[in-house]
Amino acid sequence: MKQITLDGIAHSYSGKASSDSAYALKPLHYVWEHGKAYALLGPSGCGKTTLLNIISGLVIPSEGRLLFDQTDVTHLATEQRNIAQVFQFPVIYDTMTVAENLAFPLKNRRLSKPVINKRVAEIAEMLDLTRDLNRRARGLTADAKQKISLGRGLVRADVSAVLFDEPLTVIDPVLKWELRSKLKAVHRALDLLMIYVTHDQIEALTFADRVIVMNEGRAVQIGTPAELFECPEHTFVGYFIGSPGMNLLPATVTGRHAVVDGNEIQLAAAYPDLPPNRRVQIGVRPDYASLTRSVGLPVQIRRIADLGRKRLAHVTLGRYPMVATIPQDMSDIGEQAKVTFDASHTHVYLDDVRVRGVAA
Amino acid sequence: MTDKPINNRAWFFVLPVLGFVLFSSIIPAMTVVNYSIQDTMGANNFFWNGDAWFRDLLNPSTEIGARFNDALFRTLAFSFTCLAIEVPLGIAMALCLPRKGWAIGIALVVMALPLLIPFNVVGTIWQIFTRQDIGLFGAALTGLGLHYNVTQDAISAWITIVVIDVWHWTPLVILLSYAGLRAIPDAFYQAARIDGASRWAIFFNIELPKLQKVLVIAVLLRFMQTFMIYTEPVVVTGGGPGSATTFLSIDLVKIALGQVDLGNAAAMSLVYYLITLTVCWVFYTIMTQIERRRDA
Repeated sequence: MKQITLDGIAHSYSGKASSDSAYALKPLHYVWEHGKAYALLGPSGCGKTTLLNIISGLVIPSEGRLLFDQTDVTHLATEQRNIAQVFQFPVIYDTMTVAENLAFPLKNRRLSKPVINKRVAEIAEMLDLTRDLNRRARGLTADAKQKISLGRGLVRADVSAVLFDEPLTVIDPVLKWELRSKLKAVHRALDLLMIYVTHDQIEALTFADRVIVMNEGRAVQIGTPAELFECPEHTFVGYFIGSPGMNLLPATVTGRHAVVDGNEIQLAAAYPDLPPNRRVQIGVRPDYASLTRSVGLPVQIRRIADLGRKRLAHVTLGRYPMVATIPQDMSDIGEQAKVTFDASHTHVYLDDVRVRGVAA
Repeated sequence: MTDKPINNRAWFFVLPVLGFVLFSSIIPAMTVVNYSIQDTMGANNFFWNGDAWFRDLLNPSTEIGARFNDALFRTLAFSFTCLAIEVPLGIAMALCLPRKGWAIGIALVVMALPLLIPFNVVGTIWQIFTRQDIGLFGAALTGLGLHYNVTQDAISAWITIVVIDVWHWTPLVILLSYAGLRAIPDAFYQAARIDGASRWAIFFNIELPKLQKVLVIAVLLRFMQTFMIYTEPVVVTGGGPGSATTFLSIDLVKIALGQVDLGNAAAMSLVYYLITLTVCWVFYTIMTQIERRRDA
């Protein structure tokens, strides 16, 4: 399988959606490519698990078509798709040993014993489960159980996509890193399509080649981690990704100038045609707004947050709160300071959607 | 737990419970023990009899021993028959109940109705129901030309008592199993579908292991209740025909209250009680041991 295509896939749990808000997942076109790792990132209830379950076949979408290469699989049963899924809580078969757990999907597909044993040994080796093969699965730790769940997916030779539904939720923080690097290693070794659902931006950004940020059933931006960080297409992406999130300041924009509560900010491009009476905001990440002593816009310091590797100043610009980075060499900060914006990383949003400026 | 202060005054708080247990269980039980080691010629004169009542009871060549043996065998046979029907049937019906929607409430209430009926009312209902002349069930079977007579035919009587117990108590097993099944997260079923498991494989590898704990409770409750069954056979068959449905409890009442044979009855109650206790204890210990060994 080379790709999975979502052709106008949408889902409403009440059947046909009567209004836009009735969709758990709003219509989406997207092509998932073989060998890549994707993350679906968004808050609880944003539709990411619904999208995942549509791909695995646990949910049949109310609209649109799902294509594996050129084959329409929208209504194909889960067990007939070559998809593996790992759930939030580890699913293991209590009464079986680790080896029997791994062999279970193959036994159900009536493979011969030597083939099963060989395959189980390979996967156990890859996931570091070889030592535990003859142990009962139920006595193991949560991370080992989650590896078994993954192993049951990988053991099938025909699997071409692995879906993860917040797989690290119940894992100890220390083991999370280990398991995540295991997942990356498996991804590199097997060259599979992996889709990873999470609400943790660090997990998403470190795991995936491409991140799909979702909110209220809509995919608001699809891009590489760098794109999401440098150039959020939607204010939601701006403040959901990055810690702390992007500063969003209500502004009036004319040409190359933005005015925030009487303070004028230079922009890198011109925005000549903004329609009137709409909500205009400028967005700048704390990393691109820096505190200075003399140059820039006057701000009131509210508090300083020392994060160790960098310091952040929580300030007010006019009436609006925002966060700026404090340069390494700056100390003795009083109650007043100035702030400068990096113009090339200052974006303009019209009703929450980024507006492209006109150069020169 | 270990950092709690040790204060022996805490024992005072146990005293009320101790007093209650004394009057509710220990003193009544001790009167029975009292009767079991003494004999009386009436007029409230008792004299020491040692373990003679027990030796008679446990010796099948004596009259009381033979009678006890027969009743014990009948009761055990009844318990195992009921368990063998009620547990699988209860699980099967719990699997058939809806998992979602408005039908759950209705199904559960309808299913649980027999549980709400008092024992002697159950007996009376079935006594009338199975009558050959005016009972719907009895008359229908007789009308079909089948030989069915609760008061004269031992097999009819046995089948009837078993059917009554199944009708009355399978709902308990259903409710327990249903609760156990509902506790299984959806992810298990979804994973099983992805793994390509058949319905049987799902049952044996997911549902049955997850039901183990509630089934231990169900089997214990059903064993105790069937082993102590009294009211229904007394009302429906009166222990007959002959002594075909005279279970231990019925025989005990006959000896104690019918023949006022206090020594034999007391010895029999104690042995009866110890059998129930032992079977439950052994069963429970084995099941929890199996559980623990699996975790290891």
